[in-house]
Amino acid sequence: MFVLETKDLTYVYGAGTPFHKTAVNRVSVGIERGEFLGIIGHTGSGKSTFIQTLNGLLRPTSGTVLLNGKDIWAEPKKIRSVRFRVGMVFQYPEHQLFEETVLKDICFGPGNMGLSAAQAEERARRAAKFVGLDNELLGKSPFELSGGQKRRAAIAGVIAMDPDVLVLDEPTAGLDPQGRDMLLEQISAYHRARGSTVILVSHSMEDIARFADRVLVMNEGRAVMLDKTKNVFARGRELEAMGLRVPQITSILLTLREKGYPVRPVLTVDEAVEELRPLLRKGGAHHAQ
Amino acid sequence: MDKSYLSAENVSYAYPAREDEESFEVLHGVDLGIKKGEFVALLGHNGSGKSTLAKHFNALLLPAGGKVYVDGLDTMDESLKLEIRRRVGLVLQNPDNQLVASVVEEDVAFGPENLGVPPPEIRRRVDDALRAVGMYDYRLNAPYKLSGGQKQRVAIAGIIAMQPDCIVLDEPTAMLDPRGRTEVLDTIHSLNRGKGITIVLITHYMDEAVGADRVVVMDDGRILTQGTPREVFSQVRLLKAHQLDVPQATELVWRLRREGFDLPECALDTAECVAALEKLLPRPQKI
Amino acid sequence: MLSDITLGQYLPGRSLIHRMDPRVKLALTFAFIVFLFVASNFQGLALMVALMLVVLCLSGVPVSQYFKSLKAILFIVLFTAALNLFYGSGRRVWGWKFMQITDGGIGNAIFISVRIVCLILFSSVLTFTTSPTQLTDAMERIMKPLQVLHVKVHEIAMMMTIALRFVPTLLEETDRIMSAQKARGADMESGGLRQRVKSLIPVLIPLFVSSFRRAYDLAMAMECRCYHGGEGRTRMKQLHMTGLDAAAVAVAAVFCAGVVLCAALFPASLH
Repeated sequence: MFVLETKDLTYVYGAGTPFHKTAVNRVSVGIERGEFLGIIGHTGSGKSTFIQTLNGLLRPTSGTVLLNGKDIWAEPKKIRSVRFRVGMVFQYPEHQLFEETVLKDICFGPGNMGLSAAQAEERARRAAKFVGLDNELLGKSPFELSGGQKRRAAIAGVIAMDPDVLVLDEPTAGLDPQGRDMLLEQISAYHRARGSTVILVSHSMEDIARFADRVLVMNEGRAVMLDKTKNVFARGRELEAMGLRVPQITSILLTLREKGYPVRPVLTVDEAVEELRPLLRKGGAHHAQ
Repeated sequence: MDKSYLSAENVSYAYPAREDEESFEVLHGVDLGIKKGEFVALLGHNGSGKSTLAKHFNALLLPAGGKVYVDGLDTMDESLKLEIRRRVGLVLQNPDNQLVASVVEEDVAFGPENLGVPPPEIRRRVDDALRAVGMYDYRLNAPYKLSGGQKQRVAIAGIIAMQPDCIVLDEPTAMLDPRGRTEVLDTIHSLNRGKGITIVLITHYMDEAVGADRVVVMDDGRILTQGTPREVFSQVRLLKAHQLDVPQATELVWRLRREGFDLPECALDTAECVAALEKLLPRPQKI
Repeated sequence: MLSDITLGQYLPGRSLIHRMDPRVKLALTFAFIVFLFVASNFQGLALMVALMLVVLCLSGVPVSQYFKSLKAILFIVLFTAALNLFYGSGRRVWGWKFMQITDGGIGNAIFISVRIVCLILFSSVLTFTTSPTQLTDAMERIMKPLQVLHVKVHEIAMMMTIALRFVPTLLEETDRIMSAQKARGADMESGGLRQRVKSLIPVLIPLFVSSFRRAYDLAMAMECRCYHGGEGRTRMKQLHMTGLDAAAVAVAAVFCAGVVLCAALFPASLH
């Protein structure tokens, strides 16, 4: 059974007005328990709207979202409990910080779940550890933290709810390469340690290629591909036609392949080295060391 | 350094002390000259001092030690401030926070209006500037309805309308999607080539630096290395040691070369990398 | 969604009213509102209603838009009408215990309702046909003489311009922050008044913080673009009065004179 499944999911903005716009169009996909799913698509492809229907922030115009097999809108009054199960980290999540201390802010979610103060704090501390926030920072005001720390504190605020599914919308936007790598490593470590499902929405194909097991490609409100990461990026030219890129390394090997060289598409530089080494040896390009 | 349009001479800067903290020095004696018409990419981490340095070039910040000159004008001279800011425009990271007016063309007019340019001349400059960034058709739109890339282009037009010699862009693409990034980069390259405007592009995307005339890498308030993109990116080991990215094409060629394959020192993009590999790979069988 | 709210409600167009000088529009709207109160009898009020109908027709704005702006104040109109209905003097028409309705009360209720409706419609014409920037621009120029009294006219106008520019941005931001807090289980829809006010804190604090950040950025961006106050500043768009504006003023003057004449000739209708 899928942890999350959508059936004919459609979302129309401003339904019934002259300005209505179908953002998500009959999307039926299943997200497997414990997988790391990447979602790609250019701005306006409907991916942001799509993920907001997954935790009930937006109610589908038609179609259903099933969480562990149950329609999340079966009891609209209990929609809040869905948000604890499907944790959502928005773009620039540091803009949501508001409490006096970092610890209190991370406790906001668990507190809303009705946990006792002690339980909430325990979860908050565990979440802080996952994102690599030092203990001494927890007593500080969130507004005193550096940009990268704020971002991690905000993500901890969602992780602390201990959701079955963690959805991250562009979590690395605006970070420098160092901050980006650190954050993604931490998310990946969290994924492995908790075994929970992670959905990563990103414009960075390099990041998706490095971390995602499978990739969902959205275009003009539709789910156009859902497959293993390697298989999706192997269709590089189709992605380019949708205005998407593939990682540079994938593009290099795809180009070689199109020129007739017997190479398989790869996702990382490491893989490319492995792929090319035997071929280069065969070409006799090795010079004396 | 006498031929430089922008020049920083032994510039140091410390952010003033806050409450119980000590003042924090972010630039330690930076020397940098930028020639007229040059396209310079300034790379570095957050906190490397690159933004702080950029703000010295239009007198938004004044050096605590050393001197900054813009076309020979000393930025410390208060009476030259407006003239310096007219000559060197600064575009900021967040496109939402730098547009002033509710209509695109009125926003672009803001700079020239402040300079007291006569109205018919403003009209002409606004139209020219909007055409130069490809936003003329949107001149009557409201900024909040534009995409990030479009907003950033309007912000650039707002600077162009002041007829500057140089534009400094402080991470103008950090908040944009890939399409927006391409739009903005294409725009600044065309301004550099077409109008001869000097460009200082601050970024942490290495692929944006590939197209520059010169790359300056900053780390911890100092210049770590500089040169043409090829010179800088061939120093893969140095960049990696400072946890800076290199383009994947460059990294692949560097790694294979290190394994002893006879590849060039540096490949900047996909095409160069493919060409270099093709020379060594056994010829493919005809299919 | 919050961001659907549009402020200023400007509807672009090329009608006679759209093409008028915003300064003239602003001044005339102000004059009309004054004369709505000068009109003390139904005769005068009828003149103002006639004037309003003419303006409405010339504005080229769909009638439905005007109904929409009336709908928003329907409650206020009914409420004031009801109050006046019971607090009039004159011949008793209906009564029950201590409540009574008089013919004077009915007259008052109608008179006041029509007055409020006219007031709203006149100001709607102004906001429908004049862009917010034109409005602030007009205000800046009309208020210019006040500079003699050390009123910071330019600064006020600049603040209004910026406020108008950032209203949609901040609404969007509010939307985003609300979603983010809801995703953390914030409950903004249930509970008593106290609970609801409390639930706004997680939205208001981030909103304030981000507004300050924006203000800081904007101030820097303005400095980069050589902003140094109103001194020596020119404007791209010059305002020009044309024959159209002269004609409008003339027509308005005739109607207003009529209202004054009515006030002098006929007895007051308000009791």
